[in-house]
Amino acid sequence: MPNLLTSLFREIKATMGIFEPGGDQTYGLLAEFSDPGALYHAAQDVRQAGYKRFDTHSPFPIHGMDRAMGLGQSKLGIIVFFGGTVVGCALGIWMQWWTSAVDYPINISGKPFYSVWPAMPIIFELTILFSALVAVAGMLALNGLPRPYNPLFYSERFRKATDDGFFLHIAASDPEFDLDATRDFLGEIGALHVEVLEDQGTTTSAAPPAAETPPEPTPSVA
Amino acid sequence: MEKDSNTPHADVLHEEDGWHRQPYDNDPPLVKGNLSFHEITDLVAYHTEKKTPITWFLAFGVASTGLMILFLMLAYQVYNGVGVWGNNVPVGWGWPIVNFVFWVGIGHAGTLISAILFLFRQRWRTSINRAAEAMTLFAVMCALIFPTFHVGRVWVVYWMLPIPNQMEMWPQFKSPLLWDVFAVSSYFIVSLLFWYVGLIPDLATLRDRAKGLRAKVLAFFALGWTGANRHWRNYEKSYLILAGLATPLVLSVHSVVSFDFAISIIPGWHTTIFPPYFVAGAIFSGFAMVLTLLVVARKIYGLEDLITLDHLEKMNIIILVTGSMVGFAYITEFFMAWYSQVEYEQYAFINRAFGPYAWAYWIMMTCNLISPQLFWFKKLRRSIPVMFALSIVVNIGMWFERFVITVTSLHRDFLPSSWDYFSPTWVDVLTFVGSFGLFFTLFLLFLRFVPMVAIAEVKGVKPEADPHFYDHEGDGHAAEAPQIAIQQPASEAQDGPDDVDDSTAPTTD
Repeated sequence: MPNLLTSLFREIKATMGIFEPGGDQTYGLLAEFSDPGALYHAAQDVRQAGYKRFDTHSPFPIHGMDRAMGLGQSKLGIIVFFGGTVVGCALGIWMQWWTSAVDYPINISGKPFYSVWPAMPIIFELTILFSALVAVAGMLALNGLPRPYNPLFYSERFRKATDDGFFLHIAASDPEFDLDATRDFLGEIGALHVEVLEDQGTTTSAAPPAAETPPEPTPSVA
Repeated sequence: MEKDSNTPHADVLHEEDGWHRQPYDNDPPLVKGNLSFHEITDLVAYHTEKKTPITWFLAFGVASTGLMILFLMLAYQVYNGVGVWGNNVPVGWGWPIVNFVFWVGIGHAGTLISAILFLFRQRWRTSINRAAEAMTLFAVMCALIFPTFHVGRVWVVYWMLPIPNQMEMWPQFKSPLLWDVFAVSSYFIVSLLFWYVGLIPDLATLRDRAKGLRAKVLAFFALGWTGANRHWRNYEKSYLILAGLATPLVLSVHSVVSFDFAISIIPGWHTTIFPPYFVAGAIFSGFAMVLTLLVVARKIYGLEDLITLDHLEKMNIIILVTGSMVGFAYITEFFMAWYSQVEYEQYAFINRAFGPYAWAYWIMMTCNLISPQLFWFKKLRRSIPVMFALSIVVNIGMWFERFVITVTSLHRDFLPSSWDYFSPTWVDVLTFVGSFGLFFTLFLLFLRFVPMVAIAEVKGVKPEADPHFYDHEGDGHAAEAPQIAIQQPASEAQDGPDDVDDSTAPTTD
């Protein structure tokens, strides 16, 4: 049972782009591509090769990348609707009704204690406010942010990802991952540069395959 | 189809990019100077990284002097009471309300640019939205000062919020003034969120260029952003939702501000035209303020390639349109006063145009209705000095609009014995001057510490940002571009062909 929970937890984290390191602390491979087009095709190739735990990194969102990577629609819309819009609207109605008609009714010029018309502006504002708060909080939650620690930050080269670098990262915890084979594969699909990321603060800049010890076969997550 | 670098996406639209309007052939490029992605980063980030220029300190000195004046005036007002302002019977609402509406209105342009133009896929907004949103935040802060201190006892201002208290009393939710509290504070919070969400990728860009303590501080605010596509996916959705929320919000905020007037039964205020008329006026004045700021900032910071003359021209067109709408509303008000056959209403408007405040009324008419008509001429629309001068004229006019609405309707009420001529006190004037100090202090801090153009968004509107841009001339799909080997030493691979414009894209056919 704990195993099942752990793997479920890992799956959820993987949707946020948070991947477990492999058995030997290898975090994964980071490949750099020349431009958005190359990255787009590389993502398609990586997906076709059967990888699941990979992500692309680019300084701006690339159109069609979700489809290339095989990601579905973001679930944020539904979260915002139920978590924010409905809640904010209900709160706006309840707050004005309860405070002025239940908790402390005051008769002012014989007006009704609660009427929906004068309540409308505040209901509207609270609906918007709560939706916006949930839109931001939900986005951060779905993305697993804030995330101060990320093994990707060990790579000097990765600093370009927010400037003009286009990167593809395959996590070592992917069932298909094999250090040498995956590295060769990334070369074949056109990576300019491939480096191995360790989860302990070291990066090796793609040493020749022979010098590497064969990686532990990573346990596949059910 | 022949690729033309001047028409972004002209031939690379894909069905999944259905979001984007097919550009017209004569659309000017959104980013000039054929800048690479890296050059865009450099161009914007540099201004937050360089040594602070002496002129910035000079400007900051002037602005913060204004801020000090504001603090002094507010302290003076709190110590002595609201009586130090010119508000008195019959004009109970004087400059504080005028200034409040003036500043809130200015804020609206920022949200219009960031949200409404985003929903309409007006991609030229990317160059100006960051600065415009910052302006929104600062203008709303300036606006909030006035009602906050106008309540008289500022230390119990929290009574306006539904916080349980020892009196067991709640705010009066049927009052338009309370609607205003909710509208403006929601507006501020949502604008702040929207602005910050837009900033996250750019803060990450700055973080990755920085070292030491600066990098740590930026890393804190960048929240660990890595530009991951799994993140962009939710991020873009979130941005879209925020834009969709901010759009009705911004329209509602100035509508609610207009309810402060329109819900009352004062002649000249009690009209149904107020909400749309206020919203149009708000956008009008806000665009003028954006222009004032950006015309100067783009020159000083050398951002003419990002904030191009075409962008400014588009803003001028919006000023022309909204200015004409506002002018139309002025005339409609007059018509309705006559058509309603209500003598008080008729008197209020005749008195506005020909009474003791006629000077203010005609300043308003000249600045808001007549002067923007100059923008019908393309030459004037594209002239920097003309648009700068006009943007200031428009802001003066919009301040007078609020003055005319507030003061002329109040100064002659139903009882002629209480008629009076309103004059502001020196405290009124200096508080208003001080609010400009606050505004410019914050704006200068923004220019100094925050990327003033949305770097990631500007990159995203370049034709090179589209993955299909590369399909036509031997794509970047480097499986067929074997000139670049993997496993080369880091130093050599450092300068890969990331600068991919038309001429340097690797060709294989």
